[in-house]
Amino acid sequence: MTTEEKSDSSGRAIQILQRIWRSLSVPLFSVFLAALIGAIILWLSGANPLGAYWALLQGALGSPEAVGRTLEKATPLVFSGLAVAFAFKAGLFNIGGQGQLLIGGIVAAYLGFAIDGLPFIIHMPLALLGGSLAGALWAAIAGALKTYTGAHEVITTIMLNYIAINLTDFLANGPWKDTGIIARTPKVLDTAVIPSWGFIPLGFLIAVLMAVLTYYLLFKTTWGYAIRTTGLNAEAAKYAGIKVGRVIILTMAFSGFLAGMGGSVETLGVIGRYQPGFNVGLGFDGITIALLAKTNPLGVIPAALLLGAMDAGGSQMQFDAGVRFQIIDVIKALILFFVSADVIVRKILGARAVDEEKVTLSTGWGG
Amino acid sequence: MATTTTTGATAKQGLKLDAGLVGRVAIILVAIAALAYYFIQPQQATAVYASTLRQSTPIVLGALCGLIGERTGIINIGIEGQMLLGAFIAFMVNVYTGNLILAALAGVLTGALLGLFLAWMSITLKMDQIIGGTVINILALGLTSFFYVAGLTTKGKIQPIPLGPLADIPLLGPIFFNNAPITYLTIILVFFFQFALFRTVWGLRSRAVGEHPSAADTVGIRVNVMRYMNTTLAGCLSGLAGAYLTLEAVGSFERGMTNGRGFVALAVMIFGKWTPLGSWGAALLFGFATALQTQFQFLGLDFIPHQFVGMFPYVLTIVVLAGFVGRSRPPAAEGKVYDPE
Repeated sequence: MTTEEKSDSSGRAIQILQRIWRSLSVPLFSVFLAALIGAIILWLSGANPLGAYWALLQGALGSPEAVGRTLEKATPLVFSGLAVAFAFKAGLFNIGGQGQLLIGGIVAAYLGFAIDGLPFIIHMPLALLGGSLAGALWAAIAGALKTYTGAHEVITTIMLNYIAINLTDFLANGPWKDTGIIARTPKVLDTAVIPSWGFIPLGFLIAVLMAVLTYYLLFKTTWGYAIRTTGLNAEAAKYAGIKVGRVIILTMAFSGFLAGMGGSVETLGVIGRYQPGFNVGLGFDGITIALLAKTNPLGVIPAALLLGAMDAGGSQMQFDAGVRFQIIDVIKALILFFVSADVIVRKILGARAVDEEKVTLSTGWGG
Repeated sequence: MATTTTTGATAKQGLKLDAGLVGRVAIILVAIAALAYYFIQPQQATAVYASTLRQSTPIVLGALCGLIGERTGIINIGIEGQMLLGAFIAFMVNVYTGNLILAALAGVLTGALLGLFLAWMSITLKMDQIIGGTVINILALGLTSFFYVAGLTTKGKIQPIPLGPLADIPLLGPIFFNNAPITYLTIILVFFFQFALFRTVWGLRSRAVGEHPSAADTVGIRVNVMRYMNTTLAGCLSGLAGAYLTLEAVGSFERGMTNGRGFVALAVMIFGKWTPLGSWGAALLFGFATALQTQFQFLGLDFIPHQFVGMFPYVLTIVVLAGFVGRSRPPAAEGKVYDPE
């Protein structure tokens, strides 16, 4: 090996490192800034920020059980983050993750408690896929409305959220209600429960698998190419012969499939039944995660782990440091702000913009 | 119809031409039905209509906020968050000072600041406007739930002021002339902005900026200054809607108490074709849907589960949006960053 070649290869290594730094610097620094402002808010409200963050860290990673809790909390977040990120790629903003998750959750619960006599190997996947498909159908409504009427998905998915809350509330109070006074479904049968291995919930592995699958779908298939082309320029996609209307419906459906699977995994693996009011706010977290991951499905995993760790450590923080865990919601919102306002972060870091697929959503209400 | 049509295409055209007529006929039918209801059940009908007006107040304020922004080119999906934080700050100021006027002003100011924040994100930081609005929504949700202390109630509520003899007119009196100040103010604001937007220099400039910013720039309108101003001004209205909720309607604060009204307001804005009067009409429709909801429970019509009645305004929003979005044209330059070279 000549010296020239050597310096060339080390130069390339530096280049790769630089590229990694460029793409990671903004998200990492955004999280740092959000934590900093969160600390100031904590300090102003009379708490000790360092103590609070230390307790948070302990609660999230301090023991094997804590790590298990973090993974458990991160699992539905991976799904809701994937759902938003996937729709973003087609230029669609799915704020309806919450509703799709609820619908997925309650259908999975129904399939889990109502069907008897199936072995685990069939029953669990059946309930999981049934819930996911229900989420897909729920989201496809918004996709179809956009394709056929031009109604913007930002409003329709939010409205579908409220409708889903009412619908699931009705089901858990009425036809699918457990015996007793509490409004919830019966417990799912053992054959439908998603197990844990030690402190690692199997649901988390399913989530990782879905992230890889989503990545593959987006970047290695023609369907993914059609989706990304539509997202970059719907007009051009139309001229290139892509059936944009169909892409919109299918993208929303798959996005809802992911969110619905999140609800199903949570129902079958963590709660064991459906009860109203579960996981409020997951849909919004999905937006933060998707943007933190720069809409890359694989990036969703670490982003969801971060937010999951914050959720998992929240109660310990409240217990040890006397800080209300809702501060986490504020920090999450700040993360979203800094990640999206990357101009600020870049200015502070003096970093250049990376040429990447930028999300454009504000195209007006005309569809 | 005078022109009998033979082919499908012309039939379609005929339908389109008569959309205005259909609308007028629909309004007349609704008015007849409303009067009939009043003659059969005077007290109940009056209660429903009065409630309709009150329910529509925050929605039409939100819609005004949305349309002023969009007419100038800024899409605001953060109305929900502006309302929520406005409601919360108004509530807290009232709890700590006991003053209702100060509290309402604080709510308005909160809305304005969030409007300014949206303008900064959209114009200076060139963020995607829909994401900017989402930041506001999530931030408002987080801040209000962090600082919220359960169990507080406002010191007093904004009370209705009957407008003398006007309040004694049958049907119209109890509905229009026996309200609390923010409700009156809202009706005035609807007409004020209808006038301002279409009959004043400010309105002309605002619309120019929203339709064709570079042309507006050429004739000396400072596009981004206008956008900053209008988005902040519009924020006042969402903040007022929030203050209405805590100070005039409920008398306390609950988490997420806006319940999607900010998003319904956007649908109302589209339904009302980006005009204040049109939005008011649409908002009244939604107010009516919500007012009926409580009336349903009141009447003991429990063969329909209350959850389905509760869905009604949201289903209506989707139906309205699906039916009207293609037919009304949004301002041409909305959502786009304007970069003066």
